[in-house]
Amino acid sequence: MTTHSRQVRDFPFETPARLSMEPLFATLRRTEPLSRVRLPYGGEAWLVTRYEDIRTVLGDPRFGRAATLHDAAPRIQPDPAGEGVLMSLDPPDHTRLRKTVAGVFTKRRVEELRPATERIAGELLDAMEATGPPADLVTSFALPLSVTVICDLLGVPREDREKLRRWSDALLSTTACTPAEMAASTEALADYFATLARQRRQQPTDDLLGALVARCDSREGQLDEGELVLLTRDLLIAGHETTASQIANCTYLLLQQPHGAVRPDADAGMPMSAVEELLRFIPLGSGSFRARVATEEVELCGRRVRPGETVFAPTVAANWDPEVFHDPGTLDWERSPNPHLAFGHGVHHCLGAQLARMELHVALGALLERLPGLRPAVGEGEIEWKTGMQVRGPRTLPVRW
Amino acid sequence: MTGEPAAARWRLAVDAEQCIGSAACAGACARFRMTDDGRAEPVAEVVDAEEAVRDAAECCPVEAITVTDADTGAPVAP
Ligand code: HEM
Ligand code: HEM
Ligand code: SF4
Repeated sequence: MTTHSRQVRDFPFETPARLSMEPLFATLRRTEPLSRVRLPYGGEAWLVTRYEDIRTVLGDPRFGRAATLHDAAPRIQPDPAGEGVLMSLDPPDHTRLRKTVAGVFTKRRVEELRPATERIAGELLDAMEATGPPADLVTSFALPLSVTVICDLLGVPREDREKLRRWSDALLSTTACTPAEMAASTEALADYFATLARQRRQQPTDDLLGALVARCDSREGQLDEGELVLLTRDLLIAGHETTASQIANCTYLLLQQPHGAVRPDADAGMPMSAVEELLRFIPLGSGSFRARVATEEVELCGRRVRPGETVFAPTVAANWDPEVFHDPGTLDWERSPNPHLAFGHGVHHCLGAQLARMELHVALGALLERLPGLRPAVGEGEIEWKTGMQVRGPRTLPVRW
Repeated sequence: MTGEPAAARWRLAVDAEQCIGSAACAGACARFRMTDDGRAEPVAEVVDAEEAVRDAAECCPVEAITVTDADTGAPVAP
């Protein structure tokens, strides 16, 4: 090995402006597909940047998540356990817990939520039209849409939503909040869901929280009270920030460019292949920073990764691998096949993937149909982007129509 | 779980049209593996009844996996 290949780089790499891809991923993919990186907490780890290797790390049961839960683990966040209860388990524990909620998030069940989601999107656009342009697409459309969908699904009362969003924002930040603030928000959210669960016990409901309480109390005891609270909290957090950011990111990109050779005719609406392509193209960040630990020796890129060693496998790098995606830096609305890893791979494959797909499809379709003249209300330089958060996206996206 | 009677045999099928290649099944249960074109397939068509197989079918995000009783054809999961 050359000395060049032993260089240890700080990870995550500096995030380029707006939605640009980290250029180092492409370089490393060519020159050093397995490289060494240094994390903000816990020291050094491996980094893979090729599609195949990323898929191996995420999909091979010899790599686990449970072993990342100790103080010495290389990680982004101060708290090693701050990445969600499902994300911290390996099979068979993971399977037991995941199966308590998996049925609610299948494609078939999610389709049942489509009409309600269309109604929510329609009402938000009614309100925007009533007030008139300009409007901030993030606060008047993207966020309320995704928060309403996940809260309705869980059974969170509408009046509590603003409060919940503040707590969950704090949890998703990497540098914008102090560890103490993050701990306080974790507690607050857990207390809140424990209270809601107690109410369900006295007064059963047919929302997801009600169903989980019933499972928790059933003879088979598929999950315990602590898991129930953590799981619902995670669903709230995972369920809104990513989707809201993606709605804003997709709209931003669609407004940026003369986009392609196919004109979506009014009846066809938003093609699903375009949604998939946006998911592939946007380096959202989510799913990129949750490491895996080898539980036994594994060969990766012709080298041996030893048990206990940590590997980062960023899905955003996989999605731009030219070996798999021709001309990855170009949006191709009809790309097929499009085996992107925007929702991850393996047992932790995004639980909400079908829900997020449906929400994006509905949201972009509604914008396209209702506000065909949509355009930015400010210059490129005036759009403010989130910093210090794990998920990239505009903080505000002022638009006219 | 009390489990199935020891003799139960299950028939496994993956609908390749539905499968989105998430690998959720293969990661959770050794009775499934991923093909070169990124879809799941059962390692064997008929297997001994085993809880992990049912779990994998219940975790599939698109309900592409069906598990039936190999003798009676009765649905087991999802
Ligand atoms: C939220 C969704 C979308 C919004 C807000 C949007 C917005 C716009 C805007 C503002 C224009 C420029 C106005 C014009 O030239 O008529 C435009 C043009 C165009 N859009 Fe979209 N668009 C969306 C989705 C799509 C999708 C999904 C496709 C293709 C699959 C598409 C294809 C086109 C094409 C072909 C043009 C004509 C301009 C050109 O040829 O470059 N749009 N769109
Ligand atoms: C566009 C929106 C979304 C994107 C891009 C996204 C992406 C991801 C990715 C990449 C992972 C895997 C992380 C890893 O393996 O390291 C993941 C896991 C997860 N996502 Fe999503 N997600 C989105 C929306 C949602 C929604 C709406 C929900 C809620 C219902 C959700 C709930 C979860 C959960 C619970 C996990 C952990 C699953 C497990 O460990 O078994 N996500 N997501
Ligand atoms: S869990 Fe379902 S969608 Fe995922 S690979 Fe297995 S069969 Fe395919």
